[in-house]
Amino acid sequence: MTATKTVVDRTGFAPGRWVGRLLAGAIIIFFTLFFVVPIAWLLLAPTKSSNQLNGLNGEQPFSFGSFDQLAENWNALVGFQHGVIWTWLGNSVLYSGGALVITLLVTVPAGYALAMTHFRFRRTLLVLTLMVMLIPNTALVLPIFLELSVVKLVGSPLAVILPFSFFPFGVYLAYIYFSTSISRDLLDAARIDGAGEFRVFSRIALPLATPVIALVGFFNFVTNWNNYFLPFVMEPGSTRMPVQVGLAELISNVPLFNPTTVASITISLPQLALATLISVAPVLVIFLFSQRFLVSGLTAGGTKE
Amino acid sequence: MVPAAAPSQGRQRVARSPRSRPDRAQTVIGYVFSSGYGILLLVFGVLPMIYALFLAFTKAGKFVGFANFIKVFGDFRFGPAVQHVAMFVAIWVASLIVLVVLLALIVHAVRVRWLSATTRFLFYIPGALAGSASVMLWLFLLDPSVSPVATLLKQFGSTSFVQTVAQDNLPFIFTVIAFWTGAGGWIIIMYGALNNISSDIMEAARIDGAGPIKTAMYIQIPLLRKWIAYMGVMSLAAGSQLFVEPKILSLASRGVVPKDYSLNQLAYLVAFGPQGDFNSSAAISILLLVVAMGLAAFFVFRGGLFDRD
Repeated sequence: MTATKTVVDRTGFAPGRWVGRLLAGAIIIFFTLFFVVPIAWLLLAPTKSSNQLNGLNGEQPFSFGSFDQLAENWNALVGFQHGVIWTWLGNSVLYSGGALVITLLVTVPAGYALAMTHFRFRRTLLVLTLMVMLIPNTALVLPIFLELSVVKLVGSPLAVILPFSFFPFGVYLAYIYFSTSISRDLLDAARIDGAGEFRVFSRIALPLATPVIALVGFFNFVTNWNNYFLPFVMEPGSTRMPVQVGLAELISNVPLFNPTTVASITISLPQLALATLISVAPVLVIFLFSQRFLVSGLTAGGTKE
Repeated sequence: MVPAAAPSQGRQRVARSPRSRPDRAQTVIGYVFSSGYGILLLVFGVLPMIYALFLAFTKAGKFVGFANFIKVFGDFRFGPAVQHVAMFVAIWVASLIVLVVLLALIVHAVRVRWLSATTRFLFYIPGALAGSASVMLWLFLLDPSVSPVATLLKQFGSTSFVQTVAQDNLPFIFTVIAFWTGAGGWIIIMYGALNNISSDIMEAARIDGAGPIKTAMYIQIPLLRKWIAYMGVMSLAAGSQLFVEPKILSLASRGVVPKDYSLNQLAYLVAFGPQGDFNSSAAISILLLVVAMGLAAFFVFRGGLFDRD
């Protein structure tokens, strides 16, 4: 396997390579458009009226409507069923926010315990965590529902917050981080200086773990905010659903999709597009701010569908 | 190609650091710190599975063997749902593997830093819409009356939303939606894995005269194998759980997309529909769980991806 072949002249003209480059460039451009065009369209759609969206007067799909029209759509959406969208957003904040707090309180210490201490069920806990982490969370939704309906918890906010707080993937991330990035000697030095175990964790390990705390929080919040199946099953009734479930509920008020709708106040397509945008706005903002770390590849192993 | 580094004959056990004396305080902290998570794992991981298992094999509290499963297999909606899901998963996993690897290789080959980073970010953004939002957006894109790509849709012969979501198109539509939201994350993971390939190996290949295609075929892709397998297994497991996409398309198409299209939808309907049959619903959930757990176990015990402990 040594360099016995002639070395390719890399400065010379190589038609094959140029064809390859063009092809690769074309593929990248095609897929960039594929990923970006729908988002661009979604950002523009709420600025139009229904007729403009349909292009009845020859409007281009990527034209900007007007701010007045955007305000009009906003008012109509916010006025829909006395501002039910605010209720939905509030529920989303309650469910995902509550879960975020519990997740961080529970997950980070657990990762520390698994990585830095020895106790009897450590190995069992670790294997179970890996197993459950690889099971798609939708697979457990109906079993959890069946279980919670026995204890009559269905319909209470806890029925969503508690399952949302169970985040084995976060424990795994914290475990890997503590076992690879934090030196035991450092902790031992603090112990020799007379620090108790809890102090060692809170004063030495925790401040060093900021990156992984951010990572766990990010994935937990984003996954839960966008979760549809679990709250759909657990929180029936328009006043308790989070915005992702409410969004689907709006469809039945769009005359185009449901001509039988008898409600006098209906939702137009640009308003539906606006609702879609609002429902993901918090996550989009978080994405924009975490851009650097998202693309670094540090998140390898980081996504779980 | 390269001989493995000196094989370690008989594991050398270096005397452990003084820390290894049985330290009660540390053990106590271990129990305390893992207890909260341990309880959640028990209540929302282990117990639901056991309870679903119990429900699946009983009826009104009495053990009935496989009766619930036989009933489910006999349900006229079960066969089609399995077919739909299998069809979707096959198309989805195959296209995901081919396209993600291809795109990651190309993005990784881009030498201009900001261009590569921007491309990766643009690919990842749709992930923010995972869940019902992405399906909503695709409702618009699939409706020729408002879609920005209406000409494209018309070329495929659909002039109305209902035509676009005809049964035969669904596996492809779900694949496109799932790829649009999920592929970016995987591309970044593959990119990270490509970065971990040592530059010595890449340099050696270049000196040997391997072009980008040969390097990809004989060096990069074989070294990515573990990650590709991971992606395949995870997507297989996730794909079999198909729920939100057909659920929303069904709402929007007024039943052109049936509301029992996928297995999870069927399990939901059996429990919440007129049947109100939690036992059969649990049986379907158990079938889906067995698939997911089988794949997970295969990976934990055979994959070697998590050899850390």
